[in-house]
Amino acid sequence: MRLSAVVGLGTVFLATLAMAQGGKDQRRSGYQDMSPALQRMQDDDTANPAMLYVQAGEALWKQKAGASNKACVDCHDAGSMKGVAARYPAIPSGADKPVDLEGRINLCRTGQQKAAPFDAESEELLDLAAYVARQSRGMPIAPADDPRLASFRAHGEQLFKERQGQLNLSCANCHDDNAGKKLGGATIPQAHPTGYPIYRLEWQALGSLKRRLRNCLIGLRAEPYDYSSPEYVDLELYLMDRARGMTIDAPAVRP
Amino acid sequence: MRHAFVLAALLALSSVAASAQDSLRSYVIVGDAIPDSLTGTPGDVARGRAIVANRSVGLCLLCHRAPIPEERFQGDLAPDLAGTGARWSEGQLRLRLVDASRLNSDTIMPPYYRLDRLQRVAGNFAGKPILTASQIEDVVAYLASLK
Ligand code: HEC
Ligand code: HEC
Repeated sequence: MRLSAVVGLGTVFLATLAMAQGGKDQRRSGYQDMSPALQRMQDDDTANPAMLYVQAGEALWKQKAGASNKACVDCHDAGSMKGVAARYPAIPSGADKPVDLEGRINLCRTGQQKAAPFDAESEELLDLAAYVARQSRGMPIAPADDPRLASFRAHGEQLFKERQGQLNLSCANCHDDNAGKKLGGATIPQAHPTGYPIYRLEWQALGSLKRRLRNCLIGLRAEPYDYSSPEYVDLELYLMDRARGMTIDAPAVRP
Repeated sequence: MRHAFVLAALLALSSVAASAQDSLRSYVIVGDAIPDSLTGTPGDVARGRAIVANRSVGLCLLCHRAPIPEERFQGDLAPDLAGTGARWSEGQLRLRLVDASRLNSDTIMPPYYRLDRLQRVAGNFAGKPILTASQIEDVVAYLASLK
C-alpha cells in the first residue's frame, strides 16, 4: 500500500517531467490516431453524433425523478460538473471502494433521488455520463489525489499486464508493446481513456469505457467481467493514471 | 541445445498427463520441431489456406501478412508468412503453431494447440484448442507450400 503510493507519486513526477521537457511525451490519444475526417466529425458539435446524447443528458439533468422528486440540478448547478470526468474513478464519501462516473451517477440516483439505478449501458446512464464528461472537455486528466486508491490502481495495472483468454494475450501486449501497428485493419491505439463515453462507428451508438474493455476481452476470447464487477473500475484507475495530464476529448468519436 | 529440448519435451509429456492437455493428442518435440503429424495423415493445402485467411478461425491475418491478395487489411505485428515454407521444415512450423511459447516465452503468437497455462478463457472456448489437430495439419501443409 505504502509502496504503491510512492510508485504513484513517482508516476506523477515522471509525467510532469515528461510534460516539462516538452515533446518527450510519447503518449498519443485515440483521437491523434484517427483520420482527419473522423477528427473533424468529433470536433464539430453539429456532426458529432455523441452530441445528441449530451442534449438528452442535459434534459435528464433537469428532470425531477424518484421518491424525493428532485432533479440533478436541484443539488448541482448547470455547468458545475467541470473537471469531474477528468478525476474519476474516486471513492465516494462514506465508502471505501472507488466507483466510476456511471457508478457515481447511480449513487445520486438511488441515494438522493430515491429512484431505481439505471442499468449498465442504458441510454439514460450514457446520456448523463456524456453530459457530465462533456464539461471536462479540454481539461487535463487529473486522477483523484487519494492514497486509498493506490491498491485498487495497482490491481488494475496487474490486470492490464496479465495474459488471459484463449489467445493468451495481455492488454499490455497490444497497447504498450504494439501500439501504432495494425491488428488486421485497425491501428492499435495506446488505450488512453480520454474520450468516454464514446460514439463508436462500429457500434452505431454511444458506449462506455466498460463496453470498450469488454470488446477487447471478447477479442482475446477471455470471459468478460460482469458489468458490475470491480475489475473495470480498477483497470480504469490504472488507465487514467497512465494517461495523467492528457486532454479529455469526451464525448469522442472512434472508428 | 537439442538435449534441452528433448528434456523439456519429456517433462512436458509427464506433466501433461495430469492436466487439461489430456484431451489433446500427444506429440514429441525434437529440437525445435514436432516432426510427426498430429493426426498421422498429411494436411490439405487449400483447407489450410482457407483457415489462415479466415479471421475468426485462424486469426493469422490479424497479426501476419500472407500471400492471400483477396484479403485486405492484413496485420503487421508479426513476420510476413510469405516464404515460410522455404525457411522452416514442416516439423518446425508444427511446433510454432502448436505452442510458440516453447521457443520464445514472451511471444504474442497464440498457442494454437495447448490447453494448460491459460487464464479466464471464455466459456464457449474453454477446454478447446484454438485449432483442432487436423486444422493444424492443414495450416502446416499450406505454410510449407509457401516457398
Ligand atoms: C490483440 C490486441 C489487443 C488486446 C490484447 C487488447 N486490445 Fe484494447 N484495443 C485494440 C484495438 C485494435 C483497439 C482499437 C479499436 C478497434 O478497432 O477495435 C483497442 C481499443 C482499446 C481502447 C480504446 C482507446 C480509445 O482511444 O478510445 C481501450 C481503452 C483499450 N483498448 C483497452 C484495453 C484493455 C484494458 C485490454 C485488456 C483487458 C485490451 N485493450 C486488450 C486491441 C487490443
Ligand atoms: C496475436 C498475434 C499473432 C497471431 C494471431 C498469429 N501469430 Fe504467428 N507469430 C506472431 C509473432 C509476433 C511471431 C514472431 C515470432 C515470435 O514472437 O515468437 C510469429 C511467428 C510465426 C511463425 C514463424 C515465422 C517466421 O518466419 O519466423 C509462423 C510460421 C507463424 N507465426 C504462423 C502463424 C499462423 C499460421 C497463424 C494463424 C493460424 C498465426 N501465426 C497467428 C504473432 C501472431
